[in-house]
Amino acid sequence: MTATSAQPAAPARPARRSPLAQLTRVELTLFLRERVGPIWGVGFPVLLLVIFGAIPAFRKVLPGSGGLTVLDSYLPILVVISLALLCLISLPLTIVNYRERGVLRRLRTTPAGPLRVLGAQLIVNFGMAIVTLVVLEVVARLAYGVAFPAQLGGWAVTVLFASAALLGMGLFVAAVGPTARASAAIGNLVFYPMMFFGGLWLPIPQMPTLLQHIAHATPLGAAWEAFQQSDLGHWPPPLALITMAAWAVAFGAGAVRFFRWE
Amino acid sequence: MRLGPGMRQTNAVGAVIEVRNLHKRYGQTVAVDDVSFEVREGEIFGILGRNGAGKTTTVECVEGLRAADQGEISVLGLDPRRDRAELTQALGVQLQESQLPDRLKVGEALDLYSSFYRDPADWRELLEVLGLADKAGTAFRKLSGGQKQRLSIALALVGNPRVAVLDELTTGLDPQARRDTWELIESVRDRGVTIVLVSHFMEEAERLCDRVALIDKGKVVAIDTPAALAERAETEQRIQFRPSAPFEDTLLTSLPSVTGLTRRGEMVVVTGDSDALLEVITTLSAHAIKPRQLRVDQGNLEDAFLELTGGHAEGEVAAR
Repeated sequence: MTATSAQPAAPARPARRSPLAQLTRVELTLFLRERVGPIWGVGFPVLLLVIFGAIPAFRKVLPGSGGLTVLDSYLPILVVISLALLCLISLPLTIVNYRERGVLRRLRTTPAGPLRVLGAQLIVNFGMAIVTLVVLEVVARLAYGVAFPAQLGGWAVTVLFASAALLGMGLFVAAVGPTARASAAIGNLVFYPMMFFGGLWLPIPQMPTLLQHIAHATPLGAAWEAFQQSDLGHWPPPLALITMAAWAVAFGAGAVRFFRWE
Repeated sequence: MRLGPGMRQTNAVGAVIEVRNLHKRYGQTVAVDDVSFEVREGEIFGILGRNGAGKTTTVECVEGLRAADQGEISVLGLDPRRDRAELTQALGVQLQESQLPDRLKVGEALDLYSSFYRDPADWRELLEVLGLADKAGTAFRKLSGGQKQRLSIALALVGNPRVAVLDELTTGLDPQARRDTWELIESVRDRGVTIVLVSHFMEEAERLCDRVALIDKGKVVAIDTPAALAERAETEQRIQFRPSAPFEDTLLTSLPSVTGLTRRGEMVVVTGDSDALLEVITTLSAHAIKPRQLRVDQGNLEDAFLELTGGHAEGEVAAR
């Protein structure tokens, strides 16, 4: 119909590229170019690890922990921080920004549709989380002699469940946040209490009993427990996995229910 | 008088968009109240009206972004809601106020969007045509308003659409960028793309559109060519000139076609019906008077619009 398609000289068209793959590639490029995600989601937890590792007190064995040092017990917390930053702050910020700027609306008018860009965002943030976790484990092992998780399968399963719970919450924040600014505020409001119950300031075993119970019911508390058990060579407790799955389903369903493209 | 003569002459052959008795309300507000029109293959069809008249809602139903409450819409024989996958392949859309991520580069955006389509256009050629060839490596946020608008048009065309819907295309552009964009739209039409142009800017429609639908308060008040619509409003001509020699008012006011005469300094302004110009010139030349700086104002699309919509006071019709 147009001059372009009528050109007989057009060389054999390259094989049709997958829109999802192209979107993922572009979203990854933008994620790196935007710098917020790499600095906070990836750099910040690694920096915390380096700082904690430099503190002599963190090398001491934690009493009643089965021989773990303080740093050993903090590594799962750092892993959890990294997941939470990417899923609760970076992901909703990007999606709400896209909604505000009409990016999702424009995609609705194309064959790709806006669902694929959400998929691409989930893939990018999940992928970056995996990269960060591996970097954390490797740096901790090489620089500070922290052992790799003794139960690697259990560790991987925990990563999946924790990511699902946090990505579900992140999508929910994106669904209900009216503006990028508001969703950043909501994300932070959720992030800090969650980090508290994940044991960032006070390790869960040292919390009063009531707080410990609450902590185990939060996604980060459950994730911390599952990571800790994997480090010790055990399978994550089923209750912790069920807790994370419940958060994933509840918030995932809420996100689907409330999500607006415009 | 709701449907212009153009409407009834049209038959189904050659119609790429058919809208029949479209209704859409938001809560208590009726946005679109019985809109019908057809867009023929290869034309530039304007949808004109004030802000809030229901233009954007109408095209959003055509694009399948909104579900109509009542009525039938067919685009290239497809149902915009049911046949979304097929429709989006063939319908290019330029939305009002739709941005891209700040750091996305022009070339990346076009390469990405071209991957969505079965048979995309060569986006490098498209950039050339749009005068953005040297901007392929520029981030979206570094583009000027006119460049963003042209990129938005490029994205609407990158899928090689048969029909393109362009909403408030030149809003916010300076006069030069606006003229360039108009030329561009004509060249797109020359490639065989049918174009639906949504505008509240009468001059744009007069210049570009083959036919326009005037929409007011959710209803179509007329569908016709801009010239035919302007003719309807052509109740009076205003003839203005500086006479080369003095003359008595009665010389012209005695003419049957002349309805009035006023003087402003050296200038004379004569009003009259469609025969007035010829009679005035003939009479003046018979008395060896030359009309200098002659200017004739006739009804235009804007006058037609005001007349057809009852010229109610709220709001400007054309943002100049």
